[in-house]
Amino acid sequence: MSNITLPTPQPLLTRTGWVAWLAALMVLCALVPALNLLVPAGSALHLSDFAVALTAKIMCYAICALAMGLIWGYTGILSLGHGLFFALGGYAMGMYLMRQIGLDGNYKSNLPDFMVFLDWKELPWHWALSGSFGATLFLVIAVPGLVAFVFGYFAFRSRIKGVYFSIITQAMTFAAMLLFFRNETGFGGNNGFTDFKRILDIPIATTSMRMTLFVMTSVTLLVFFLLARWLVGSKFGRVLQAVRDAESRVMFSGYSTLGYKLTIWTISAMMCGVAGALYVPQVGIINPSEMSPANSIEIAIWAAVGGRATLIGPIVGAFIVNGAKSWLTVTYPEFWLYFLGALFIGVTLFLPDGVVGLIKKLKGGKA
Amino acid sequence: MPKRIFQWLMIAMLLIAARAYALSADEAKSMASGESDARVAALQKAVENADARTVRFIQALADDAVKLVGEVPVMVLDGKGIDPVTQAEVSVPDTAEDVMNNNRMRGELDTALAAVKLLSPEVEVRRAAIKTLGGQVDAGKLPLLEKALASETAPDLKEKLQLLRAAAMLGSDDAAKRLEAATQLGSSAQAATKTLLVERLQVETDGGVKAALQKSLGTVEARLAWGDRLGAIFSGISLGSILLLVALGLAITYGLMGVINMAHGELMMIGAYATYTVQVLFQKYLPGAFDWYLLAALPVAFMASALVGAALERSVIRFLYGRPLETLLATWGISLMLMQLVRTIFGAQNVGVENPSWMSGGVQLLGNLSLPYNRLVIVAFAVAVLAGVWFLIEKTRLGLFVRGVTQNRPIASCMGVNTARIDTYAFALGSGIAGLAGCALSQVGNVGPDLGQGYIVDSFMVVVLGGVGQLAGTVYAAMGLGILNKFLEGWTGAVLAKIAVLVFIIIFIQKRPQGIFAMKGRSAEA
Repeated sequence: MSNITLPTPQPLLTRTGWVAWLAALMVLCALVPALNLLVPAGSALHLSDFAVALTAKIMCYAICALAMGLIWGYTGILSLGHGLFFALGGYAMGMYLMRQIGLDGNYKSNLPDFMVFLDWKELPWHWALSGSFGATLFLVIAVPGLVAFVFGYFAFRSRIKGVYFSIITQAMTFAAMLLFFRNETGFGGNNGFTDFKRILDIPIATTSMRMTLFVMTSVTLLVFFLLARWLVGSKFGRVLQAVRDAESRVMFSGYSTLGYKLTIWTISAMMCGVAGALYVPQVGIINPSEMSPANSIEIAIWAAVGGRATLIGPIVGAFIVNGAKSWLTVTYPEFWLYFLGALFIGVTLFLPDGVVGLIKKLKGGKA
Repeated sequence: MPKRIFQWLMIAMLLIAARAYALSADEAKSMASGESDARVAALQKAVENADARTVRFIQALADDAVKLVGEVPVMVLDGKGIDPVTQAEVSVPDTAEDVMNNNRMRGELDTALAAVKLLSPEVEVRRAAIKTLGGQVDAGKLPLLEKALASETAPDLKEKLQLLRAAAMLGSDDAAKRLEAATQLGSSAQAATKTLLVERLQVETDGGVKAALQKSLGTVEARLAWGDRLGAIFSGISLGSILLLVALGLAITYGLMGVINMAHGELMMIGAYATYTVQVLFQKYLPGAFDWYLLAALPVAFMASALVGAALERSVIRFLYGRPLETLLATWGISLMLMQLVRTIFGAQNVGVENPSWMSGGVQLLGNLSLPYNRLVIVAFAVAVLAGVWFLIEKTRLGLFVRGVTQNRPIASCMGVNTARIDTYAFALGSGIAGLAGCALSQVGNVGPDLGQGYIVDSFMVVVLGGVGQLAGTVYAAMGLGILNKFLEGWTGAVLAKIAVLVFIIIFIQKRPQGIFAMKGRSAEA
């Protein structure tokens, strides 16, 4: 009988980790609203509405990047279709918001404006659940989850992996984009949904509503971080990392990898769906261009820049890349794509572990 | 009651026609002024027995070159006023008003001109006139058509005139004439004839004529269906040959070397822009030889893309061999930079690339099926490039080295092959073929910075479907996807067809993962 020593179970977060986590929670849920609402606009400490909206947007992206870290960094499956799940969550929320417009649309009709424009007389079947907020919350998670589950089941069952999987996910989101561009699919064609008025019958453009959404986004991001942390620390997470490093050996050890890959793939897709649902009411628009292959591949670069095999890395990466994007597209619009392209090349060539990996290395070197 | 009036009109017209007859001042006046209805009637009457002066006057009307001096119409040709009846030169005072033509009048004038041109001594003028008249003939044009038919000498035009006459006769009051027309129209292969027959069938009362119409409709529809089917096959082959051109370069860089090159589409774009540059240079310095700029553009496009490809391989891709996911991301970054570079140099707008004159036009095979020359040239070009690649890979020393390095890099290296250099050459070759594809694409589509983006998913699908590492698979996959796509398009519309094809590929890969797993054994892990 040989002795197999299992790795000692790690706590969810270290003491410093918890302190940092709580500090982040305080900053996002108390300090930011206070700086925005209570500090007068002239003050140096005042946080502008634009900065708050930008932070909220980037936090939604960070949730996607976190999901990408789980599937790519920890399981070794590069998805180029996560933008689809993000958009599906967004569309589910968008449908609810369209119904909330009620009679205030341009045509004063119960139906969304674009349907009146297309001369439709009643809601199509897939809008049946969109009237209720509870059902919408269910759809936000269930639709991306179901799509991911079905797609993943067929893909993983036939052992499609590596770049083949990446390319097929890209084809998937490309096909979905073409489908959503059509008027007759009932998603508003290339204009998508916009012009939202209220959520839960509360006007959407008020300061308090925006701040509520901001706080909800922050809490979601932080809770998802804990969830991801728990997942990768569990036995399940260890199998995932083993799949990443040597899938054949895991299979020879008697594991069926299909279930593991499918579970993390579906969870990751659901997280993106939630991110999309938080994103749409805050930016006020969703259209099929969110599903373009370029958007999905950008999620991968956020994770890569931050350091994909960590959980904090993708979040950091999302902030770095999107911060640079919103700065460059305003000041030097023609340089943004050069910068993004160089980032893709530079990170893959010189920073395989991302910024977080670089910091760890520098710290290690000093010690 | 209307029937009686019509008969009276017919008799009146016959009486008028019986007199040898030229353009009168009254006629010219009623054609040029008054209510549209009256003008159209006058115009149609004049056409029945047109002489050279009438033609000249109608032409002037159509060209907006007629003015009214008081109530007398005067043609203004080359700045001189000419009386349409006497052909004498008259002065045009400044107070003369332009004759205005509304759209309906304009259409009638065009038809009238075409009708009178049927009698022109020039074959080409007559051919054009027949084409213009197309399906818009009525019983009123019948005498003119008969006259034209009697004098027509060219056999193919005679055939077309006969169909036109039949179409005109279909509206006749005489059931026997309608029967004759219905039978004759059965030999047509025009979509317009089908519409004509269907329309007549709805109002026809005579049983015999109805049966004849039905029979003719059946044969015309069958013939049209064949044209449609052949047309779909041809556009399928045409799309397939474009896919083949796009995928051939990828079959080398991805299929043989295993490099996922997301910038492949941008290498095509560079080829297209190289073609554009050559075109501009020819326009500027060699306008006489403009028709042949494409021949000069081919090597330029090849070299431009090949050099960029070689530079990429040396600077980025070489460090990422064996790390396909990283290669994918890095080449995506390259594609973004190349697109932005082209935007900086040439601007974000599409640039115009003209076809050389020998590529415009086409071969008319059936009534509703014509094959454009530029498509035919591209099919031939794809075949030529395929043959060239096959020869290069299978029959030359470079090809031998490339295959050797693909099969077993260490052994090839031991045999003295400089594998690093072979990698560069092979990648440059694949990129150069992308450049050729771009050159071909510039002849059929828009040339803009995001030209390559539209093809990247398609081209990977072709290579993935065809199986990695073999040219034959690429050919089958490209042609199969092209034809499948075009057939579905006729059935469901373009976007749904594309989605259906993507879904089909995903399902196909479920059933035959070997299609994408050419590697076996240990190398499958890599």
